[in-house]
Amino acid sequence: MSWFEKLMPSRIRTEATSEKRKVPEGLWHKCDKCDSVLYRAELERNLEVCPKCTHHMRIGGRKRLEIFLDAEPREEIGVDIEPVDILKFKDSKKYKDRISAAQKATGEKDALITMKGRVLKVPLVAGAFDFAFMGGSMGAVVGERFVTAANVCLNENLPLVIFSASGGARMQEALFSLMQMAKTSAALAKMREKGLPFISVLTDPTMGGVSASFATLGDVIFAEPNALIGFAGPRVIEQTVRETLPDGFQRSEFLLEHGAIDRIVDRRSMREEVAILLSMLMRLAPPEKEEKKSPIPETEVEQEAET
Amino acid sequence: MNPDFLDFEQPIAELEAKINELRFAGDEGGVNIAEEVEKLEEKTRSLTKSIFSKLTPWQVSQLARHPKRPYTQDYIDQLITDFQELHGDRAYADDAAIIGGIGRFNNQPVVIIGHQKGRDTTEKVRRNFGMPRPEGYRKALRLMQLAERFRLPILTFIDTPGAYPGVGAEERNQSEAIARNLREMARFSVPIICTVIGEGGSGGALAIGVGDHVMMLEYSTYSVISPEGCASILWKSAEKAADAAAAMGITSSRLKELGLIDEIIPEPLGGAHRGFEETSQNLANALDAALKKIGHFPQNELLERRYQRLMGYGHFAG
Repeated sequence: MSWFEKLMPSRIRTEATSEKRKVPEGLWHKCDKCDSVLYRAELERNLEVCPKCTHHMRIGGRKRLEIFLDAEPREEIGVDIEPVDILKFKDSKKYKDRISAAQKATGEKDALITMKGRVLKVPLVAGAFDFAFMGGSMGAVVGERFVTAANVCLNENLPLVIFSASGGARMQEALFSLMQMAKTSAALAKMREKGLPFISVLTDPTMGGVSASFATLGDVIFAEPNALIGFAGPRVIEQTVRETLPDGFQRSEFLLEHGAIDRIVDRRSMREEVAILLSMLMRLAPPEKEEKKSPIPETEVEQEAET
Repeated sequence: MNPDFLDFEQPIAELEAKINELRFAGDEGGVNIAEEVEKLEEKTRSLTKSIFSKLTPWQVSQLARHPKRPYTQDYIDQLITDFQELHGDRAYADDAAIIGGIGRFNNQPVVIIGHQKGRDTTEKVRRNFGMPRPEGYRKALRLMQLAERFRLPILTFIDTPGAYPGVGAEERNQSEAIARNLREMARFSVPIICTVIGEGGSGGALAIGVGDHVMMLEYSTYSVISPEGCASILWKSAEKAADAAAAMGITSSRLKELGLIDEIIPEPLGGAHRGFEETSQNLANALDAALKKIGHFPQNELLERRYQRLMGYGHFAG
């Protein structure tokens, strides 16, 4: 027994081995940044932001919209748009098989999910990338869903908010994927002409063809803390310039310092910050502010209040 | 090995060396070997024809990067009169990897923008191997805005391995420079004619490649990522570049078939660098025809046509 365990009162002290078996799978999560072991439910309540070090963990596209949009109303856009493999592309695996595997693993048809809804009652169209779907890569479906979402905005006078998380263009769709950069950017040109705002929210990671198209074309650009954002990947740059890159290179804070983004926004205040901004750009009344969600479980707060 | 010839062209190089030898011997000895030379020349032609009739996409990719291939400046010298190069992005620097300016094509004033590679080592470094930094794209945008203001058609020539992946380029927001060009080029109301003359490398190429008529020289390539890059990511080995080149379909014929480009400009036997005059004449004819065709559209129609073309990219179900 270690000196620490000896110090503990006997009712707390338990045999580690017997205790371990009782812990159900996935009840705890280790923060990739600070290594703290976190209670899964608490982490979820905290929107997958580490309560100890505020590290923003990657989250899926659907989950992103789930925590961003008001519960009602929501209407998914472009659900019917699904990928096809017209090039019959095959590397070490067939593209067709990669699509099926990604669909199975994520439950999504492709890497971008878009919905019409509201944030603190401000109406908008929002989209979010699912990085787990082939690295959030942009192919024809992502491009078409993006444009479909932008068209809803154009037809109904709504602002657009897109959360990016992508490695770039989808190589398996070859030049078709490159052209999605031009396609999405052109749709934003139309929104701009019509005076409809596009808010781009960059999350970890936003690279390559996504970063070099719509993601950097926001009227306002937000980024989550410490997200990797850039055109070329750090490995490619290192190989080209043959030097080690400085700490924090291509992170949100680096981009803010170099004037590339407007604001770094904590995920837990994202709803409010976007709603406040959009309400002003759309000349609406200020949104009702949200009650701050406490990372401390509610039951404990109540108990403390009673004593 | 003759450095002017690629691997797969070495049999042609050998024949040409033999012809030169014979000519040399003929001069010396005064023997009439004209017949022999003619025979060998015919053999060279048919060999070249047979090699070039079944080029693999990887071989085309090597041709597109051939050190002797004509660059933007060569076509400007040949086809544009009164050319004035215009420099700088008015903010940070003049990027030599992109040249731009104003000049006359068939007497009509136009704005010309193109990637530029270098011939010798010093020039290659100065041109950064044709890989622009953000200021190159910003210069291009500035010149396109000039074209828009003075109602001049825009001709772009694409020839880059890609936008430069460097520290400074990232600090100055390479992504935004490319993205902004994509958005703005979608809405300029003057005709934009884009021609891939060598390497069409990814976003760095597309950043001056959005237009009303997109053409490719026969042995140029256009792709989302270099064959080597694609191979090292998807095959985990850059050695598989030939496979990647084939899978991606980077050649003019394949891309025409897929509806991603409008026109292929033929090159003479052996490639643009073995018949520069003919290549530039073909390019001039194509540019002239394209300008006449696109020039007919009223502004609104031109914009709508370009927009619909951009919206039409990509295949999906549903």
